[in-house]
Amino acid sequence: MPITSRQYADTLVAAASGRIDHVNAPRFEAELMPLLAQAQTRSLGLVLDFSEVDYISSGGLRVLMIAATQLRSQQRKLIVASLYSVVAEVFAISRFDRVLTIAPDVESALALCSPEAAAAYRSTPR
Amino acid sequence: MNSVRFWGTRGSLPVALTAAGVRQKLRAALREANGRVFAGDAGIDAFLDGLPFAAAGTYGGHSSCVQIDTGGPEFVVCDMGSGLRPFGQAVMARRAATGPQTFHVFQSHLHWDHIMGLPFFVPAYIPGNRLVIYGGHRELEYALRRQQERPSFPVDFSIFGAELQFVELEPDRVYDIAGMSVRALLQRHGGDSYGYRFEAGGKALVYSTDSEHPLGEADHLDRFIEFFRGADLVIFDAMYSLADAITVKADWGHSSNVVGVELCQRAGAGHLCLFHHEPVFDDAAIDAVLAETRRFEEITRSGAPLRVSAAYDGLEIAL
Repeated sequence: MPITSRQYADTLVAAASGRIDHVNAPRFEAELMPLLAQAQTRSLGLVLDFSEVDYISSGGLRVLMIAATQLRSQQRKLIVASLYSVVAEVFAISRFDRVLTIAPDVESALALCSPEAAAAYRSTPR
Repeated sequence: MNSVRFWGTRGSLPVALTAAGVRQKLRAALREANGRVFAGDAGIDAFLDGLPFAAAGTYGGHSSCVQIDTGGPEFVVCDMGSGLRPFGQAVMARRAATGPQTFHVFQSHLHWDHIMGLPFFVPAYIPGNRLVIYGGHRELEYALRRQQERPSFPVDFSIFGAELQFVELEPDRVYDIAGMSVRALLQRHGGDSYGYRFEAGGKALVYSTDSEHPLGEADHLDRFIEFFRGADLVIFDAMYSLADAITVKADWGHSSNVVGVELCQRAGAGHLCLFHHEPVFDDAAIDAVLAETRRFEEITRSGAPLRVSAAYDGLEIAL
C-alpha cells in the first residue's frame, strides 16, 4: 500500500489504499511517518485521501491519532477525506469521527485547511 | 463448566436506575402498547419480551462479580464487587439444603469496585464456610483487611466466621482448582490486574477485565490472542470507545468494544461478552454500543461468526 502524495499550497494530500488491518498497519505507519515529518518540517496541513481504503483496524486508527496529535501540536490540521461506507462505519463505531476531522472529499478537506490549498487543487488538472 | 452468571457488570462505581429512568421505560412501553388490552400476565410478558432490552429491562448497576457454575459442589466467583452481595443472598436462600460451603474467588485486582462486596457477603460470616481467595497481588490479604479498618468500615475483618485463605497465584502457570485448570495472565492496569482462563470438560472461559491494550505493541496483543485462543466465552473490559481509550483515557487501564472484537476474531473465540460498563452509560447507551459492536463484528468478519453480547446483572450464559 504505497502512499502517494502531492502538495497543494500549504497542504499535503496523501492517498492511501487497500486494507489497513493489523497486518498492514505497521507498513501504513512506516509509509505515513515520512510524510508527517515533511508536513511538520515545512509547516503543512495534511489531508489523507481514503477513497481507495477498504478497511481500517484499531491499529490503523492509532496511527491516524498519532499523526493528528503531532500536527495539532504545531497548529496544523489532519483531515481524513472520502471515507468508503464501511470505513465510515468503523470511524463512527470507534468514535474516531468525534476526534478526527472528516471531510466528504479532498476538495472539501482542502477548503477546511486553507483557501489557498483549495484554490490550488481546483486549478490543478487531474 | 456449565454456565456463567453475572451478578455485577458495571465498571468503577455501582450505579442505580433512577426514577427518571424508570419513567422513561414506562413511557416507552406504554407508547408501544398503544392502548392494547392484554390477556393476563402471560400476555403482558409476551409483549415485554418484544420490547428492546433498554425499554423492558436494565443492565443493572452492581460492580464486577461473575459466578462460574462448574457443575461441582463448590462455588467459583470472579471478583468481589458489589454484585457479591446479591450473590451471597442467593446462596443463603438455598443454604439450608446444602450446609457448609466453599467459595473459590479469583481477584482481577484490588481496586475498590472489585473488593467492596466482601463486607456485605453474608456467607463469609457463617462458621463452617470456607473462602479461598486467589490473586496475583502480594497485597491481596492486606487490601481486603484494610477496607474494613476504622474509620472506613464499622465491622472489623476478624468478625468473619468463615475460614478465609489467601493464595497468591503465579501468572502463566496452570493450576488445578475446583475441578478446572486455571491460568492467570498479567494485564495492563494501574497497579496491575490479572485475567483468568478457566478450562474444564472441553470448555474454555476467559475473564479479562480492567485491562488496557496498547495497540502499538504486537507482543502484548499476541499474548492476549493466545490467552483468548478458541475460548467459548471471553468476558472483556469494553468500558470505553476506542477513540477515548487511546486519547483522553489512554493509560486509564481499560479497553474498548472494537479491540474486544478484533482480539476475539484473531483468537478464534466463540462469544464476546462486553463487560465493565461505563457507569455514566444508561441502558439505551449500552444497547447502542451492543448494536454497534455486532455491526462491527459483521463488517470485519472473515471466518466463523463471533457471537457478541453485553453483560447485565442477572444474565446467565450457558457454556
